Amino acid sequence: MAAIVRVQEDDFDTGRELDAMTRGHDDVGAVASFVGLVRASNEGDAVSAMTLEHYPAMTQKALEEICAEAAARWKVIDTLVVHRVGRLIPGDRIVLVGVTSAHRGDAFAACEFMMDFLKTRAPFWKREETPAGARWVEARARDDEAAARWKG
Amino acid sequence: MAVTLLYFASLREAVGLSREELAFEAGATIGTVVDFLRARSVRWADALAPGKTWRVAVNQQMASLATPVNPGDEVAFFPPVTGG
Repeated sequence: MAAIVRVQEDDFDTGRELDAMTRGHDDVGAVASFVGLVRASNEGDAVSAMTLEHYPAMTQKALEEICAEAAARWKVIDTLVVHRVGRLIPGDRIVLVGVTSAHRGDAFAACEFMMDFLKTRAPFWKREETPAGARWVEARARDDEAAARWKG
Repeated sequence: MAVTLLYFASLREAVGLSREELAFEAGATIGTVVDFLRARSVRWADALAPGKTWRVAVNQQMASLATPVNPGDEVAFFPPVTGG
């Protein structure tokens, strides 16, 4: 099982990333993916841009651990996380999680698990630009609740 | 012993610092470090207040007040994460 983790300023091509996960892998029967995008509004305010900051030394480790945890829990073949940092505008892609497996159940579950854990464990922080000025995005309790579902 | 401290995102802005090197006695824990930082000023005490939500990592792993600190460790303080 391979885990690919990339943190980058550049955009990614979702189709190309997912094709690369399956090309030449005739054991793959399913590929599940999640793409997170910048929304034009948050908490009732217009958002014109957001800047993603991270803790580089920890980000890579945290994302690799999330991939390893997914591989320990489900029968996955490969996992992929691509996360962007820097300034993004509404409609821009932020994150891609991809999982390949023999059957869809493992890929669906592992993909959702990875996003829930990424949301609560990977050291990224969003600062959004609104008409009232820039503000740090507050963590949401529902993200902790989503991650807590996977305990045990 | 020398320890590197890092501050990120809103916590960095609250304390006005992104990185520093500090020396602590052997046997120190994250609790020792936090007590020292809180005693600096109201600004620091507020940023790292007990009821306020912040996180700490030692050598890029999530840690707690009881986590020991060793020479050369990298200790990072930051708000709850909001990526994805």
